[in-house]
Amino acid sequence: MNARIPPSSDDAKGNTRPARLRVSGVSKQYPGCLANDDVSLDVRAGEILALLGENGAGKSTLIKVIYGLVAPDSGMIEIDGKARAITSPAAARAAGIGVVFQHFSLFESLTVAENIALGLDDAARRRDLPRRIRDIGERYGLVIDPDRVVADLSVGEQQRVEIVRVLLQDPSILIFDEPTSVLTPQAILGLFETLNQLRREGRAVIFISHKLEEIRTLCDRATVLRGGRVVGTVPVAGASVNDLARMMIGQEMPALGAGSAGQGGPVQLAAHNLSLEPANPHGTALDRLEMRARGGEILGIAGIAGNGQEELLAALSGERLTRTAGAVTLAGQAVGRLGPGARRKLGLGFVPGERLGRGAVPPMSLAENGFLTAHWRVPLTWRWVISTRKRNAFADRVIDEFRVATRSQSTAAQALSGGNLQRFIVGREILSDPRALVVAYPTWGVDVAAVAAIHAALVALRDKGAAVVVMSEDLDELLSLSDCVAVLYRGQLSAPIPRDQCTRENLGLLMSGAAPLDTARTPAQGDVDAA
Amino acid sequence: MRLRLVPRLKPSPVALYGAPVLAIALTVTFGFFLFLGIGRDPWAALYAYFIAPVNSAFGLSEWLLAALPLALIGLGLAVGFRANIWNIGAEGQLVLGAIGGGAVALALWREDVPGTFVLVCVAGALAGMAWAAIPALLRTKFNANEILTSLMLIYVADQLLGWLVHGALRNPQGFGFPESRLFSPEAVMPLLWPGTRLHIGWLALPVAALAVWFLMNHMVAGFRLRVGGDAANAATYAGFSRSRMVWLSFLLTGGLAGLVGAMEVAGPVGQLLPKISPGYGFAAIIVAFLGRLNPVGVVLAAHLLALILIGGENVQMLGVPVAVAQLFQGVLLVTLLASDVLVRYRVVRVGRLGERARG
Amino acid sequence: MIDSALMIAILVSAMRTATPLILAALGELVVEKAGCVNLGVEGMMLVGAVTGFAVGLTTGNFALAFMVGALAGAGFSLIYGVLVLVFQVNQYAAGLALTILGGGASAFWGQTWQGRNMRGLQPVELPVLSELPVIGVMFTRLDVVVYMALAATVIVGLILTRTRVGLILRAVGENHDSAHALGFSVVKVRFAAIAFGGAFAGMGGAYLSCVMTPLWIEGMTAGRGWIAVALVVFATWKPARLVLGAWLFGLVSVMQIHGQGLGLAVPSHVLAMLPYLVTILVLVLISRDATRIRLNAPGCLGKPFRPTA
Repeated sequence: MNARIPPSSDDAKGNTRPARLRVSGVSKQYPGCLANDDVSLDVRAGEILALLGENGAGKSTLIKVIYGLVAPDSGMIEIDGKARAITSPAAARAAGIGVVFQHFSLFESLTVAENIALGLDDAARRRDLPRRIRDIGERYGLVIDPDRVVADLSVGEQQRVEIVRVLLQDPSILIFDEPTSVLTPQAILGLFETLNQLRREGRAVIFISHKLEEIRTLCDRATVLRGGRVVGTVPVAGASVNDLARMMIGQEMPALGAGSAGQGGPVQLAAHNLSLEPANPHGTALDRLEMRARGGEILGIAGIAGNGQEELLAALSGERLTRTAGAVTLAGQAVGRLGPGARRKLGLGFVPGERLGRGAVPPMSLAENGFLTAHWRVPLTWRWVISTRKRNAFADRVIDEFRVATRSQSTAAQALSGGNLQRFIVGREILSDPRALVVAYPTWGVDVAAVAAIHAALVALRDKGAAVVVMSEDLDELLSLSDCVAVLYRGQLSAPIPRDQCTRENLGLLMSGAAPLDTARTPAQGDVDAA
Repeated sequence: MRLRLVPRLKPSPVALYGAPVLAIALTVTFGFFLFLGIGRDPWAALYAYFIAPVNSAFGLSEWLLAALPLALIGLGLAVGFRANIWNIGAEGQLVLGAIGGGAVALALWREDVPGTFVLVCVAGALAGMAWAAIPALLRTKFNANEILTSLMLIYVADQLLGWLVHGALRNPQGFGFPESRLFSPEAVMPLLWPGTRLHIGWLALPVAALAVWFLMNHMVAGFRLRVGGDAANAATYAGFSRSRMVWLSFLLTGGLAGLVGAMEVAGPVGQLLPKISPGYGFAAIIVAFLGRLNPVGVVLAAHLLALILIGGENVQMLGVPVAVAQLFQGVLLVTLLASDVLVRYRVVRVGRLGERARG
Repeated sequence: MIDSALMIAILVSAMRTATPLILAALGELVVEKAGCVNLGVEGMMLVGAVTGFAVGLTTGNFALAFMVGALAGAGFSLIYGVLVLVFQVNQYAAGLALTILGGGASAFWGQTWQGRNMRGLQPVELPVLSELPVIGVMFTRLDVVVYMALAATVIVGLILTRTRVGLILRAVGENHDSAHALGFSVVKVRFAAIAFGGAFAGMGGAYLSCVMTPLWIEGMTAGRGWIAVALVVFATWKPARLVLGAWLFGLVSVMQIHGQGLGLAVPSHVLAMLPYLVTILVLVLISRDATRIRLNAPGCLGKPFRPTA
């Protein structure tokens, strides 16, 4: 990260104030998983503490315990040295704790003011609310119109609503759960300004992230969780990114990335003049979108959530049909009016963002989940009758080749961890031998080992000559994996930018609409020969 | 001490088949106290309800005869429910089957065509399918809730039957009674068990059960229906057409219900009457759930529900209102749904640990 | 040309026919605003009808009959509440169970009251409106419950849009996970909404048996509970439109009674089909516009709530 905000002077080091919030010995057992195991941490006034850990390390559970949403099996919470019984979110708020959740706790059909009123227990604070929303907004640089309906706001604006709602309670302890995952690089800087101001005001802040650079930029100390246990708490100033990474995953960070650049071949999957109304009334319409994914190349699609991602994925996969057949082409064939099954037969693969319940049927076995999409292209049936033997053999192959940790193909999909299930889904799609594979948010909520394996599998598929389209909100992932990156903004897609010309900054400007999109509506140079 | 539900990692097979047994036990217990409460000897009443009606060869045949419609409709419903497609209107599809079958029988009442009963059954099945096609069409073309439309069509079907037996299909020599002529002997279902009313339509039961089992467990279409029920988004993702699932399950259930309707009028009844079914279409909903949407289970459950229907008639002799049968059905369904919680959850005691943590 | 006396008679019976629908549908609207679909309205109405009738016949006190009908409906609805909110049962299945159980229970205990007759509720005369020319006479023939049902619609509408209670209710129906995260008890709010729905369905049933007929007949609701559920969809979850829908059904339903007077040469069986056919028709018309349904339907309608605690 290039721009870095220096920590303000009085808290860089030697913050010796007493702990404002102290958590000690928190344990929480879920069926089949010990989410928190004797977790202790403390955060002081005027300090930003990073809570660092991989997906599934127990961060979310700990936050829910602190906010009174989950009753721990054991453990204690002290605020300003006094033990407090936090049995509900209202009790947490009364104790001065505020949480900005990763998945916003907002109500889409309600207005900003109604949303904020719902979070205020004290009737006095609800009086004259629109004015107070504007005041707080001005003070912290979080301007927001109280009368707008939340569904019409961008993700960044929705986060502002969350933060304003929390700030209106004037909390002394603030917790931000992965707040940067939905923001552009520029918006992240704005958020850091707000966080720094909160620190200057003497509030205690817990900042949850797995992005090490952000933590190095912003935080004073870091408490690292792994497998539900605290690995250690270290001052950030003395720790390198590598130190933090080792603590977080317990081993060296595996090398990620695409390695050598892919060789662009003929266009395999393309969208031309693609317009599509949103299925959801608050969604974003695709507006004459242009996209070309070549064989032997990984095309990354960056963008802030809510700019037409769902619509583009549905149009490419065939879950929604386009008005004209030519709006989507697969290996030169117009497929816009064909459903997902027909497109799969022609060689399209698709890994959806939502694994359980979309990419896989939770209670069904891996054998049946393999059959789910593979039977369109791999011979697993005899006419209309399923061949159990072939079906099981296919699942065994996926499990074997993609190292899915499971007892057998009869295990239910819902019993697998996120990373393992994603290995299975990606493996199933790749073994269906696609010409073009569309992958949405491939590593969301996946452990680092699985991330490395999934990235390697996608690169191998590319090297075999298939076109790979990766949609992700994680710029770091796109920058390490893609051969070129295009930005989706308000239903339009920019022309692809080769990896060596991509920076977090220029992509960020495109993602926020601050730089005009070159949408490649007229074929750009070099595209003509491939078509 | 407090009890809490903790989700299981995978459904418990013991609870899956134990839940219906528990529900039946609870329902019988409820019956015991109900009879006690209204001043009857509960043992005698339970005997009169559940044992006496099937304590003879004739009783046994009547039991099989009553279970047949429940099982056939239940099998169809099980397919739809597995895909989360809610055809609540089987009762109406049954009535249309009776009308369709009855119309054919009446059109041929003078002809001596051997095997007319086959035509009657085919016409009934087709009429049931046609009636079921209405909610299917409204769902797939206009997105109208199939529960409400199929249910409304029950009332329409009842009125339609009423209109016909009061008018077009009324027996001209029937002194104005709202009923049709008696069907010709060729149109009546041949008997399977001489001396009883059990007819050869019963043979459809093993065929249908086997077919549904094969469909759901071995065919691609059945797999798609199961995916549609377990995770609708996964079905969309995999490219399984929801419309086809709706059509398949509605036509299947409609056809079976229509067949049942035709077999009722061409079997035990022998003519069209203003009321054909003692609520088979609704009871079959319970049959499907109680049978775990599984063909063997459905057949077993159909016999239990048949017993509840017959028993209700029988205890009238003790001065118990016949509505007791519907009451038992309701109690059975409620206790079954409640018992089902054990399939997906474990009940654990929350001891002091949980409270200490809040300190 | 229809003479005005006949027109008034039709309007009066249409408004009376609409009243149980308004009551039951208003209750269901609140339940659905909280995120639950209760298909047991038919069963709850029958339970309210039989208990209301029993009390009305024995005491002759209409207020008491309505109160007991409401209480019985509310109590009965809690079976649905426990199944759905505690035992995590599919909402459709639980609602169907309630309808089947309500039908059975009311028929069983209603045996005693079958075929007995009670004195109906006297109409009230509205001061100013009854002075109006031509239609004024209408306001001398309607009973107080007709007006109370309309007032309840207005009050529920105001509570939903203007009060914190209404805001919380809508929030729970819109996104139960967010409501839970903010610390609202989704289960308690839904229990309250379900009981409210049960009480109003019970009152609708009591009106049917104590005022409209006034008799108890087994299964006398004849699908009105289901029509009430359909009305909520038709009204796109807005109380005011619900009243319009109910009046429309009232008009269609009374055609069967007044068909001859109007000189309609249609068999009465066919006229009796009309309310059900019209229900299907309006459902189709309203459901065609999927976007409109999605914009207005509560976000978590019909979805199971499983707190991750």
